[in-house]
Amino acid sequence: MHEFGVTESIIDIALKEAKKAQARKITKINLVVGELTGFMPDCIEFYFDFMSKDTVAEKADLHFESAPAQVRCRSCLTIFHPKDTLWACPECQSQGAEIVAGRELYIESMEVE
Amino acid sequence: MRKIELVQNILEANESIAAQNKRLLDEHGVFAINIMASPGAGKTSLILQTIARLKGKLRIGVIEGDVASTLDAEKVKNEAVGVVQISTGNMPESCSLNASMLDAALKKLPLEDIDLLLIENVGNLICPSEFVLGEHKRVVVSSFPEGDDKPIKYPMIFADADAVVINKADLLPYVDFDIAVFRRAIEGLNPKVKSFELSCKTGAGIESWCSWVLNGLMSSQGRANST
Repeated sequence: MHEFGVTESIIDIALKEAKKAQARKITKINLVVGELTGFMPDCIEFYFDFMSKDTVAEKADLHFESAPAQVRCRSCLTIFHPKDTLWACPECQSQGAEIVAGRELYIESMEVE
Repeated sequence: MRKIELVQNILEANESIAAQNKRLLDEHGVFAINIMASPGAGKTSLILQTIARLKGKLRIGVIEGDVASTLDAEKVKNEAVGVVQISTGNMPESCSLNASMLDAALKKLPLEDIDLLLIENVGNLICPSEFVLGEHKRVVVSSFPEGDDKPIKYPMIFADADAVVINKADLLPYVDFDIAVFRRAIEGLNPKVKSFELSCKTGAGIESWCSWVLNGLMSSQGRANST
């Protein structure tokens, strides 16, 4: 639901970079979206299609890579991928973990002509 | 074909506007709290109770974010120094406030006449967690009838909260809510979080919440004065 502004930012950044590189076309944008964010790739693509019209980013291929969630147990410091919603540590079974990764949202790279 | 390596944070635009908002608030000595919750948890009731207890001590402004209507702004307009309604239904995004919406709202408020700004976010436990506004504190309002599983189902919003209010304590005898389960979940995500069990209906527990607000405001102003 909140992908409109995010897509707008993606296009702004991509167009600025394309201009800097004097590119006439952006063919691909590689994005990394953390597993713990609420951003939906389908929704970003939907907005991108009409927001990029008549720009050098039109018809660019969006490639999404999911960055897996990683949390660190506060008791034994084991880093693990939370499987259930309680985020229980697989080593010591205690509940309570700090988020280490999975909240990312960035453009990793782009391909231009 | 050429490849451009970037690693550019997409939310940076929002974050830089949020930083400007915070500077503006600090310049005017305004302490801002972003109040987030699901619809019906009691954000507006908490704001009204907070104003009722603190209006003798502080000048309070309110920003109301809603998808539609000005109902909440109507409820608080006689109580606060200034009220701005943000109707997100007219905007491309309706599910959360973001930093540029706050920027626009701040321009409509008499900031020099405000000590405490209560920002009521759109009722939603997902989207508001992604956007900082420039606030000093982030608060989640939960309520006993919603159940003790909310931090387990919506961890992100609780992970970043400075405080969690559990409202509707007067209904506790009628609902199955295990406070130990709830606390274990929020403290697991966020060991520094403060939590307050209260009832906006009866007023029970409001005092300690208001003390937390006052202490936060005083320590924020203390920091501003010493720099």
